[in-house]
Amino acid sequence: MANPRLQLMLCGGTGCQASGSREFHQALYEELEKQGLEEEVKIIETGCNGFCALGPVMLVQPEGIFYQKLSPGDVPHLVEEHFLKGRPVKKLLYVEPASKETIPTMNEIPFFAHQKFWVMRNKGIIDPESIDEYIARDGYFGLAKALNDMAPEDIVHEIRDSGLRGRGGAGFPAGLKWQFASKAQGEVKYVLCNADEGDPGAFMDRSILEADPHSVIEGMIIAARAINASQGYIYCRTEYPLAIHRLTLAINQAREYGLLGEDILGSGFNFSIDVYQGAGAFVCGEETALMRSIEGKRGMPRPRPPFPANKGLWERPTVLNNVETLANVAQIILNGAQWFSSIGTESSKGTKVFALSGAVNNIGLVEVPMGITLRRMIFDIGGGIPKKRKFKAVQLGGPSGGCVPEQHLDTAVDYEEIVRLGAIMGSGGVIVMDEKTCMVDMARFFMDFIQEESCGKCTPCREGTRRLLEILDKICQGEGQPRDIETLEELSAVIKESSLCGLGQTAPNPVLSTLRYFKDEYIAHVYEKHCPAKRCAALLKFEVDPEKCQKCGLCFKACPVGAISWEKKQPAVIDKQKCIQCLSCYETCRFGAID
Amino acid sequence: MPKLQHPDVTNDMLNHIDNIIGSFRQSPGAVIPVLRQCQDVVGYLPVELIDYISSGLNLPKSDVLGVATFYALFSLSPKGRHTIRACMGTACYVKGIKEVMGRIKQTYGIEPGDTTDDRRFSLEGVRCLGACGLAPVVVVDQDTHGSVKPDAVVDILDQYK
Repeated sequence: MANPRLQLMLCGGTGCQASGSREFHQALYEELEKQGLEEEVKIIETGCNGFCALGPVMLVQPEGIFYQKLSPGDVPHLVEEHFLKGRPVKKLLYVEPASKETIPTMNEIPFFAHQKFWVMRNKGIIDPESIDEYIARDGYFGLAKALNDMAPEDIVHEIRDSGLRGRGGAGFPAGLKWQFASKAQGEVKYVLCNADEGDPGAFMDRSILEADPHSVIEGMIIAARAINASQGYIYCRTEYPLAIHRLTLAINQAREYGLLGEDILGSGFNFSIDVYQGAGAFVCGEETALMRSIEGKRGMPRPRPPFPANKGLWERPTVLNNVETLANVAQIILNGAQWFSSIGTESSKGTKVFALSGAVNNIGLVEVPMGITLRRMIFDIGGGIPKKRKFKAVQLGGPSGGCVPEQHLDTAVDYEEIVRLGAIMGSGGVIVMDEKTCMVDMARFFMDFIQEESCGKCTPCREGTRRLLEILDKICQGEGQPRDIETLEELSAVIKESSLCGLGQTAPNPVLSTLRYFKDEYIAHVYEKHCPAKRCAALLKFEVDPEKCQKCGLCFKACPVGAISWEKKQPAVIDKQKCIQCLSCYETCRFGAID
Repeated sequence: MPKLQHPDVTNDMLNHIDNIIGSFRQSPGAVIPVLRQCQDVVGYLPVELIDYISSGLNLPKSDVLGVATFYALFSLSPKGRHTIRACMGTACYVKGIKEVMGRIKQTYGIEPGDTTDDRRFSLEGVRCLGACGLAPVVVVDQDTHGSVKPDAVVDILDQYK
């Protein structure tokens, strides 16, 4: 078969599928067939492209034209204009929100242009369900090198020298972990991949598994060789069905190619991998809890030491790495430790994938060199804050992380610097908040999450987080007492000091970081019974200020229960009897006229 | 092993369940996959079924019940015909899932964990679905709906009878 003239890399990630990429795919396929173009123009369904908010997205190669927000209705025009006549369809191209400029090619779109694709180097370029395409992009070359040219100790040294640190949160040096496990005594050892990506606002692991599952499998086999393990498990959360499907497919393909199973690539080394589905428990992202869960028990953490490197799954020496960490491994082996450590900061090397979401124009996954500033990430790549609102804070590191305000946006992102600001790198969730976000309500949200996900084993976390939540609830309800703010601080310190696992030890971070940077909002809630961001319904009056009201009627249209009366050239009036306090009017009013 | 008798478990289902238990009997740590597959067959996990699984796997009932109550995936009570899963992740929260949930409560009188009296809908507040680019996200059965506004959610749910 002749090479196709055009390749259409259509995103088939979770986000784009939800936006209708399957239907678009079907319509496009039928139209190409109808026009007799099916040999010349090939559709390839790729993994997550990363620019999820614009889904479904499609990249036309080799031209590099990037289409977004596609729908089946666009198909006939698109095929006719572009694929037959060679004229890209302008209305489907990306428009930069700030400058309103149309940008046709992917490489010129600021969102992509500022990124550095190492871990996500194959995303949107290969068909994730084809091992051949992975191999064509140097896939499994790192494994071949590790098996044929390197002793297990050399592999450990290479990873250690590269400075690769755990991407799941704590940032423990991966090479050191491998070294401990390789020296541990035991006939049977395990390599585990932590794909229990539970942090709300983090979806890079899902994207890597969907777009490039073989990179994770290759990393696991290399890790297994380094510590001499014979069995691996990928613990994937059940909420990611597509990732599980592609992983299972990839494992079967690797087995057929002799890359998993007995005598891998003729080296005499044996290793197999099974996928284990989680069952919806956030705490299972903690390593000892995860191992408990694979053993078929309640996923509760246990005290360390002994560390998993000596006594892990089924009491055997075990290495557990996160998806993104493992996806880095093969490239490091192939290109060398020095290549990897050439970018980043003193203590944090390589790239990091962040999931940018919340109140920011360009929502999606971004891979950037360690050491980039938060400001560049949010404003240059993320395109700033929508609706001309003001930036307030950025939440880093999920429920165990913290909120960082404007004055620290020029901090370089690395493990230590982020901790200094009172947040953590975590898995890399970056949630941008604008002036309409109430920071007390935000702390309450995270505490609600943590308190529900606390496994209940140790008292400080089980009871402490519940007390914190009660106090925050009270404050948001307008019943806060002056003493409450101090109690929050004291209780947080105790929980941090005395909890058993990482979940509890970091649980108060959202409270502590908002108290550190946004204490004025707590004070407003407690002393003035006022919510500056107008989010806490109990503290709002639901009254229209006739002075500020511009008589536009937007709130009248937004009210779902008809509680607002308005006539042209008259200020709106809210009927408090009918009002259900849904805040729709606050959301819509552009003049801050509702109190 | 005594035969399981329960109004919600048909003979067909029971055959299925026996096969599942049989295929996992020898594997260590099988409780979670067995519970998952049995729940897929019946729709939920009646306590009698948990007893049946524990004798099938030769494990203490307390162990199996302990696992079934620990993980959010498992339900010990019947579910509605349609499951609404509202994402409670941070991005969805910032983008207003609270208001969407409020509208569901106002329209159908259910809060997370509840099922409507006519067993039409079960509402679950779930942890981040990893589709933050589409926030706020509501998943009804297998369909993912993105950028859902309070008004829209009523229209969306109307399609599921």
